[in-house]
Amino acid sequence: MSDNAKPAPPALKVVGQRPIRPDGADKVTGRANFGADLRLPGMLTGRVKRSPHAHARILRIDTSAASALPGVKAVVTAADFPVLANESIDTGEGSATLRDLALNCMARDKVLYVGHAVAAVAATTPDIAEAALRLIEVDYEPLPFVIEVEAAMAADAPLLHDDLFTKGVTPKPTTPSNIAEKIQLGRGDVAQAMASAELVIDGRYVTAPVHQGYIEPQACVASAGADGQHQLWVSTQGHFAVRSMCAKLLGLPLADLKVTAAEIGGGFGGKTTVYLEPVALALSRLSGRPVRMVMSRAEVFDASGPTSGTVMHVRLGAKTDGTIVAADLTLKYQAGAFAGSPVGAGCMAALACYAIEHIAITGFDVVSNRPKVAAYRAPGAPMAAFAVESAIDELALKLAMDPIDLRLKNAVKPGAKAVYGATFREIAFVETLQAIKHHPHYRAPLGPNQGRGLACGFWFNIGGESTAAVHVDEGGGATVVSANPDIGGSRASLAMMAAETLGLPIERVRAVIADTTAIGYSALTGGSRVTFATGMAVVQAAEKVVADLKRRAALLWDCPVDQVEWTDGTAHCSDASKDAKPMSLKQIAGRSAKTGGPIGAEVSLNAQGAGPGFAVHLCDIELDPQTGRSTVLRYTAAQDVGRAIHPSYVEGQVQGGAAQGIGWALNEAYVYDDQGVLLNPGFLDYRMPVASDLPMIDTILIETAPNARHPYGAKGVGEAPIVPPLAAVANAISHVVGMRMNELPLSPPRVLDAIDAAAAAARSAKAA
Amino acid sequence: MAHVSAVAQSVRELTGGVDHFEVEATTVRALLAALDRRYPGLGTLVSEQMAIAIDGELHQDALMESLAPDSEVVLIPRIAGG
Repeated sequence: MSDNAKPAPPALKVVGQRPIRPDGADKVTGRANFGADLRLPGMLTGRVKRSPHAHARILRIDTSAASALPGVKAVVTAADFPVLANESIDTGEGSATLRDLALNCMARDKVLYVGHAVAAVAATTPDIAEAALRLIEVDYEPLPFVIEVEAAMAADAPLLHDDLFTKGVTPKPTTPSNIAEKIQLGRGDVAQAMASAELVIDGRYVTAPVHQGYIEPQACVASAGADGQHQLWVSTQGHFAVRSMCAKLLGLPLADLKVTAAEIGGGFGGKTTVYLEPVALALSRLSGRPVRMVMSRAEVFDASGPTSGTVMHVRLGAKTDGTIVAADLTLKYQAGAFAGSPVGAGCMAALACYAIEHIAITGFDVVSNRPKVAAYRAPGAPMAAFAVESAIDELALKLAMDPIDLRLKNAVKPGAKAVYGATFREIAFVETLQAIKHHPHYRAPLGPNQGRGLACGFWFNIGGESTAAVHVDEGGGATVVSANPDIGGSRASLAMMAAETLGLPIERVRAVIADTTAIGYSALTGGSRVTFATGMAVVQAAEKVVADLKRRAALLWDCPVDQVEWTDGTAHCSDASKDAKPMSLKQIAGRSAKTGGPIGAEVSLNAQGAGPGFAVHLCDIELDPQTGRSTVLRYTAAQDVGRAIHPSYVEGQVQGGAAQGIGWALNEAYVYDDQGVLLNPGFLDYRMPVASDLPMIDTILIETAPNARHPYGAKGVGEAPIVPPLAAVANAISHVVGMRMNELPLSPPRVLDAIDAAAAAARSAKAA
Repeated sequence: MAHVSAVAQSVRELTGGVDHFEVEATTVRALLAALDRRYPGLGTLVSEQMAIAIDGELHQDALMESLAPDSEVVLIPRIAGG
């Protein structure tokens, strides 16, 4: 080794392996306890009465008959909750206000969508609770309503909120609007660059609102004690966030509310806020008994957040060599009944894959008479990517360029400045594109009625606040304690990082999720942050434990601690003069009482420096020209993942994101009647893909750019894979049909119409 | 001097349209104070609603993060996730 050569990093023994998932047996045998599984003595059933109107003023609510029904123990309306200020609160999307959150849980003066909660009951049986709901009388004054985003932006649109004035507009508006915010990002001189472009692509793109589609509906059990202490068991992505929101909504001190996260049956962003939880607590407080509430599937669709439907406009200016010189985007996102769509993230992510000098992006956050949107995996990015990646596909066709070569020509590399301002560091977008280019799928022949689509995607990933503890037991094992509900394999990844750091086999390390009273604060499981941020806390806690183990070994050997080395879970004394046999973690732990007591450490931090992820997806579609039905024949997804801690889980995240994105592209949509009533609030009519709809999704993990901020190089991986599929699928179908498919979902009727239109256009062209 | 820039309209509204400027600060905390001194309200806006990219690395709520003498600081809208 030369003087300048760096020593090779130690080989990893646990990180990067594929141990058996720790939660698998419980989940497949039914032993896992989900949100609806808890039963407490004297427990009541809670139910919610919901609005039949898309928009109406509440004139009167009479609960007297319901309250008088035998078996009914409590009835609540908005009058039972404090009136709250219009101040910001962190709900996981970061842009809601406390007042809006409260009004979404229980309408006060107006209902703003069909399904909006107006009252709730707790009764001794579900039948009595349902009967009580029917006895609650609500007088409404129906108001004009608006569902679609561009209709809601019209000057004469029915207004949802008299006090909503568009932010981001100068001078400050004096009249209210359904446009909650106008966002503008940009750099350079777009008008001039567009004028000088040799080719300009111009298109309008539309996506439907889609639901996160978690299998387990919202569910919780609340119990308010006579001493003012409250407990809540809940299916959530963040029980500390639930504690914070519920305490504020009910005027409780945080210390009077203990929240335990149940096993979670999916969330995908949709379980980062509260709906039932404060209501269940209020009912329990009134009745003095535990209250269990579970949404029906229809309630999940009617009253919990989907993500935004959108209307987008894209103009790209390019040179004939493929250099994109300018981009001009307008993104209009539905927020639902209250402000706070993910349009801001959509604006920032839309062009993040490309180094374009002149950019103008305008975003609109628009309220309408739909349920308030909630976060959904890479919130805001998939829709924007659908528009941009469709336009780039169109550009490649016009330029007769290979779609990967076109993207490679414009791809961001380390050192490039993203449109949102940051300079990229450890990224591997180019390598991800090249991995797809060199994959056999890219050159595989296509048959009749088959098309191939490519698209790219970006997601920021975040860090944030996390706490984790590592405790060594006297048997030589360790327990990792964190406060992040395990929604995507975090127990496995956290245990693996602890095992790697401690030098233990993974079988000796267990990971558990503590309630809000048992460990320090952690932000929710979302933003692809847990393996990165909580993982940093785990590794730092494990490093503290190792330092303590070395200190104790030095004490037992009576040698300086700097002469103790820690290798493979064993202390070694480097002082040859000592007759010191190596001591295992088990041996040191077994003598912990003599060296200072139990061994463990807890670390709280605010993780910074999350590395972004890039994804490139390739999709083959076969169309049935008679029915318009699309079949996904083959799908390959490559992703810049930093370093995969547990590759199988990472591959699962990539496959899951792709599957959800394919559903978004092909079938999923909210269908409303002319009264603003959702017509398809169930999985029979809201068609999500199931396993038999999809081929095996091939995955390629790119690990050439590990995140330097993370001890094992991890980046978030859970969100980037849902960004490209919308455009990958649409581009494939566009190539078969022979015309740009610019509106989702690409359901059989819409595709059939396009096939007919393309055929008619071809006939017209031939006749001319 | 940290080189501060922003691409968001909400920042330009407080800076009178300026989106590139320099600030003397060695930590994010000092940066926010300096922003508020120069453009009243900007430090608060950044503290409550924005993230900061320091030399390309994304930070949120990172008062104690240090800035190098020539750090590139970009004020960007806060990012959440799903």
